Amino acid sequence: MASSSRIADPDGSADWRSYALVAPALAVIALFFLLPLALSAVLAFRSKNGDFTLEHFAKSWDLYRTDLLFTIGIVLLSTVLIGVVAIAIAAYLTLGENPRAVAVLRWLYRWPLFIPFIVTGQIMRTFLAKNGMLNHVLIGTGLIEPLAAQSVLDWRGIVVAFVWKQAPFVTLLLAGAMASIETQHIEAARNLGAPRWRVLVDVLLPQVWGTLLVGLVLSFVTMLSVLSVPLMINPNSPTMITVDVAYRINTHSDYAVANALCLISLAVAAFAAWFYLRHASRSVMQK
Amino acid sequence: MTAALPRWSRMLGIAVLLALLAFAIFGPLANLFLWAFAEKWYFPNKLPQEFGFTFWGRVFAPRGNAIASLGTSVWIAILTVIVSLAVAIPAGYALARLKLRWRGLILLAFLLPQAIPNLPVYVNIARVFYEIGLNGTILGVVLVHAAHGLVLAVWIASAAFASIDVSLEEAARNIGASAWTCFRTVTLPLALPGLIASAIFVFLESLDEFTGTYFVGVPDVTTLPLLMFNASMGGNYQIASITALLLLVPSIAFMLVVERFLKADVLAMVGR
Repeated sequence: MASSSRIADPDGSADWRSYALVAPALAVIALFFLLPLALSAVLAFRSKNGDFTLEHFAKSWDLYRTDLLFTIGIVLLSTVLIGVVAIAIAAYLTLGENPRAVAVLRWLYRWPLFIPFIVTGQIMRTFLAKNGMLNHVLIGTGLIEPLAAQSVLDWRGIVVAFVWKQAPFVTLLLAGAMASIETQHIEAARNLGAPRWRVLVDVLLPQVWGTLLVGLVLSFVTMLSVLSVPLMINPNSPTMITVDVAYRINTHSDYAVANALCLISLAVAAFAAWFYLRHASRSVMQK
Repeated sequence: MTAALPRWSRMLGIAVLLALLAFAIFGPLANLFLWAFAEKWYFPNKLPQEFGFTFWGRVFAPRGNAIASLGTSVWIAILTVIVSLAVAIPAGYALARLKLRWRGLILLAFLLPQAIPNLPVYVNIARVFYEIGLNGTILGVVLVHAAHGLVLAVWIASAAFASIDVSLEEAARNIGASAWTCFRTVTLPLALPGLIASAIFVFLESLDEFTGTYFVGVPDVTTLPLLMFNASMGGNYQIASITALLLLVPSIAFMLVVERFLKADVLAMVGR
């Protein structure tokens, strides 16, 4: 009996039928994902008469370098804040001593989990506006003067929307990873008199670091290519690169510069992936 | 340090923090809710001056745009689920059960659409579709949604198949069932909860998708997210909020039941 989980033909070489089962799915990915991606690289480097050129990148840099830095800044700040929120919530879910508070928190934090970015954009557009609920509550509780009320619909609004939407996802991953740590480790540290924050820093975090990084890198890449949130919250310069891409296409039909901008954001995403892989390989080496 | 604080003050601290979090999560949702039922709401009033259902009547008018968009959205999502699962179930089965050379590479290919920024893909696929006449068609939008939804479907389907005990299939084969009969009567029913979960994921992703539809669907395909976007940009906050509420219902319902479909044993097999 084959003990392997792959039952068909355990000793022989792979059957052509296995590839036939995978082929249609791979074809969809190749045609409607990889091909357009390759096209993007071609168009970004091709001049009007078909030669290789870097002019589209030069033009992108001239026109949109502020937006590029702005995009990286927003996405980095959001990623850091998502990490902080996720660690705080997941840590309390794992180490909290008040069972009722833990239950309430578990019920509470995940509401935005599957709410789409476009709806998050609309929600924040009303909540953070000058006459939105945030300002009314701040005025009502006496925290700010009515005249000091201001719209938060600029870079801060984009960050709030991103954190609101993505933090539950990373928290879910992180809380799951923390829950699978053996409770003996935590109890041993607690019995030795370690306060809870030390248990978090010394016992929990080192063991879930990989999960946290996966969640944060995925969030980083996702936020980098969101069009709806910046379009709805702050479409005027300085704004995010995605808005500029849409503008180049809709207003100028300028696919060359749009694709150059796309490639630049791909490079930023690749940098995030490289950062993750470097950390992942280091933690494997340590083991 | 905290241990020295009296018990009631720690409880109060926890309660205040939970209340702040509850405001951060439900405040924005409540604001949306108020807009959906506001007849008149001008600055600087804290609450709408008049509540009512006039805008709901407009949204749900028999020949209104919203009903048409809802229909388009649901139709696209159903077709996307059919296309995605039709190719993802065989692929997931092969990845979980059969011998494949370059299995790691194939799994990586099924990761890319979730791991790479999608904007370049949508921009250029819209260009290609425009040339072959697929822009502004339902089929064009379905193909774009399926290429993205497929990824989740393959990973979840593969995990669902991998979590099934092989000896059950072997038992069926030993008493003479053909490979197809074994798959149809043993493997498929056991994998069904995971497959349903992946179908729901794909359905929701398609229903909520904005950027791809924004580039590929123009000018003829208006899904619910596009309708919401246009209403919001046009300053019609009531219509935008009502549409947003319609989109919220399935998202929140799914959030509440997701763990019933995606059991821990399936989740543990994702990516194996």
